Amino acid sequence: MAEFSITINGKNLSVDVDPTTPLLWVLRDHLKMVGTKYGCGIAQCGACTVHFNGSAVRSCQLPISSAADNEITTIEGLSENGDHPVQKAWLEHDVPQCGYCQAGQIMSASALLKRTPNPSDEEIENAMNGNICRCGTYTRIKAAIKTASDSQIA
Amino acid sequence: MSKVKTGIGRRSFIKSVSVASGGLIIGFNWMACKGPAEEGGEELAMQMPDEWFELNGYLKIGDNGIVTIYSPNPEIGQNVKTSMPMIVAEELDVDWNNVVVEQAPLNTEVFTRQLAGGSQSIRQGWQSLRTAGATARQMLLTAAANKWEVPVSELSVENGVIKHTGSDKTIGYGEIAKAAVDVEIPEEVELKENDSFKIIGTSRKNVDAKKIVTGQPLYGLDTHKDGMLIAMVVQPPAFGMEFKSMDSDKVKEMPGITDVFTIDTYPEDMEKEWSDVAAFSKLVVLVGESTWQVMQAKKELKVEWDLNPELTKQMEILEKSAGMEDASGLESSSIHASLMADVGSKKSEVVRKDGDPEKAFKNAAKVIERSYTCPFLAHNCMEPMNFFADVSGEKAELYGPIQTPEYAEKSINKRLGLDLENIDIQMTRMGGGFGRRLYGHFLVEAAVISQKMGKPIKLVYTREDDMTNGVYRPAYHITYRAALDGSNNLTGFHVNSGGIPESPLFANRFPAGAVDNYLAESWTLNSNISVGAFRAPRSNFIAGAEQSFLDELAEEIGKDPIQFRLDMLKRAKKDPVGEENDYDAARYAGVLELVREKSGWENGSSSVSRGVSAYYCHNSYVAQILDMSVEGNKPIIDKVTCAVDCGIVVNPDAAKNMVEGGTIDGIGHALYSEMTFKEGKPQQSNFDNYRLIRHKEAPKIVDVHFVDNGIDPTGLGEPPFPPVQGALANALYKATGKRFYNQPFINQLQTVDTKLKT
Repeated sequence: MAEFSITINGKNLSVDVDPTTPLLWVLRDHLKMVGTKYGCGIAQCGACTVHFNGSAVRSCQLPISSAADNEITTIEGLSENGDHPVQKAWLEHDVPQCGYCQAGQIMSASALLKRTPNPSDEEIENAMNGNICRCGTYTRIKAAIKTASDSQIA
Repeated sequence: MSKVKTGIGRRSFIKSVSVASGGLIIGFNWMACKGPAEEGGEELAMQMPDEWFELNGYLKIGDNGIVTIYSPNPEIGQNVKTSMPMIVAEELDVDWNNVVVEQAPLNTEVFTRQLAGGSQSIRQGWQSLRTAGATARQMLLTAAANKWEVPVSELSVENGVIKHTGSDKTIGYGEIAKAAVDVEIPEEVELKENDSFKIIGTSRKNVDAKKIVTGQPLYGLDTHKDGMLIAMVVQPPAFGMEFKSMDSDKVKEMPGITDVFTIDTYPEDMEKEWSDVAAFSKLVVLVGESTWQVMQAKKELKVEWDLNPELTKQMEILEKSAGMEDASGLESSSIHASLMADVGSKKSEVVRKDGDPEKAFKNAAKVIERSYTCPFLAHNCMEPMNFFADVSGEKAELYGPIQTPEYAEKSINKRLGLDLENIDIQMTRMGGGFGRRLYGHFLVEAAVISQKMGKPIKLVYTREDDMTNGVYRPAYHITYRAALDGSNNLTGFHVNSGGIPESPLFANRFPAGAVDNYLAESWTLNSNISVGAFRAPRSNFIAGAEQSFLDELAEEIGKDPIQFRLDMLKRAKKDPVGEENDYDAARYAGVLELVREKSGWENGSSSVSRGVSAYYCHNSYVAQILDMSVEGNKPIIDKVTCAVDCGIVVNPDAAKNMVEGGTIDGIGHALYSEMTFKEGKPQQSNFDNYRLIRHKEAPKIVDVHFVDNGIDPTGLGEPPFPPVQGALANALYKATGKRFYNQPFINQLQTVDTKLKT
């Protein structure tokens, strides 16, 4: 066990955990922030995606010892009132079925749009390919990303 | 308006639902009627009322006109949590914007069939949901009539406001709800005519969408209760093995670890429900303070396993009979394949026989025979198995993802000896079901562990635990034979199907009824690998195989594949063979005609490879046309056009989402997924070696059309999943010149020299 400082959604927090604990479990178990999901634990499904200094990262493979002293954004902090353009587009297209993968999808999508504001279909597919949706909402996700992109450019 | 009797039981409509009482507090208090306004700004700032009035077990009305409707059935992503309340709201006649939806807990006195499975929620809930809404509406009208001392017949209602024809008296539901509570439940109520629906048939947003996109706690895995401990299991590494011994001393000393022990989920003498299926009843359990600590402890634990003689003996005999030299009773996929082909099909039994199939085949000018196979599949819900249990004294509070809460309650009663009234089951939203969570062994495990520990327990399966825990979709094998006469007429049809350990056969489905001489046979082979219902059980293989075979037949005969099917369906409608034909030929033809029209099939483009398929299962009809190309050895699915007949479509956009999802899911599994075994050990345990379809591989467009026929609604969870696999196989043929008989098709695509169509 060791103490770590970390900035999450703009707040400076401190946790006392084993240094190997992935950020995913620090969030879920210690900070009670359960928006970031566990799907596989080996960075293959994308459900645990957060922003690490602005880039999309799989928190299940990011030990707290590496995450500490950095800026993390989780789904809970993506916007004040759930009104990030990506979140709004998700609602407009009524994307979710079971919904479990969607926080990770949204975090990957918002990171994509930050670095590529007007992505092509291929760029979307490549950037999002690490996020599995077992329910098959892929076509809706793509449409929502395009809507979010259009709304940011407009 | 049609009148219905409310006689589901006076009590069911009076008894109030205790939602918050006895309910668990998880990290947030979502049961306490927190309006959307408090949770981060809906466009409409909904003010919560000061007082609620429960009119029946399905709904309560606030003094300000806000209505809470309880969604009875478990939510697995099929969005019944929106469509079931929509049906209640329709007959209640309220503004949907004033409706708040809450998940109903298990309550067998108020609700029938709180189960997610078989695509039946809307179909079986249609009448009772409407009646619940209509009954409450009637009580509110009666209360207003009493208040104004006018006959009810002079009143009308719209959007929760009651008006008196002939005067300017109006009153909102909120103001009259209190009086309505005391009105006697009517014995008969009027339901609306379909053409006056204002909510049903319109697209409404998923009631949980806002919570989902903002990461609010919703799923069983998100549960937190003070004092809760985390439990995880260690299961045998192979099917056919069992626990022998373990050395847990060191692990018990690891940080955060509370205890390590074994449990027996389903003892021999326990009276079990159909849903009490578990690959491994005897499990090792680790309990600790946090998930990561228990995960680490799991890795360090040394366990010894032994062959389970009961399970392996039979398989050993079977293997020996198949000529295997070192038969151990532990199964490998290699022996499954040969067992199915060589042993299985030889022990088939006749299930249906029409006419004289032997003669037809004997006299045939041409006989076409093809065999199809598919592998075991793991369900792989994105949210791994988990459950929360707090068993103390004579009470059990259970909270988590379960598709069969009513049966789970009975299991707890039998396993722990607690009275049903003291067992409280609340369903969380589920990160996928697909049939996996029909089998609530994990709920029983959590309860057993909680009782032993005397503490609240959250049981968590890792992805590896989940994927290797069995309850798989079975492996199947099917051989079709068709007899053609000298003029290329189909004179005989023979299907011989089986699997490990069940057959996928539906003997009375099309083309039974359309062929004079028809023979359906079935066989099974035992196994110690556990299986369970997987999205559209049995249909999820036989549809694709059958529809691929019909495609080959059509080509052989020289007919357009759609016309070939339509001609057979025409015959089945006019002059059916036999009496027990389990489909409506006209509706079946209807989806084929609609998909043909919407896809522009007849203006066929030569640059697009297209395959068609249609199937009827779980009461709905679906036809799909899949357009694709192949680049190198990679399939590119450009578009799937879908035609669906599920009767009245309650929530059109949500229904489209279900068809899109089922279509993508069907393509994904047929193309990419398989569970294989070596000496009983699953060869796949996570998404690095078990392949699921991803963004890059998904169809670019899924275009969905519904037949408009006003028939009472049927389901969509399963029907789109099976047929698309046939459309895929048929399109692959057009794209590559090769037929695909063995799922997953990617194995063949990546090895066979495929000819690209230009």
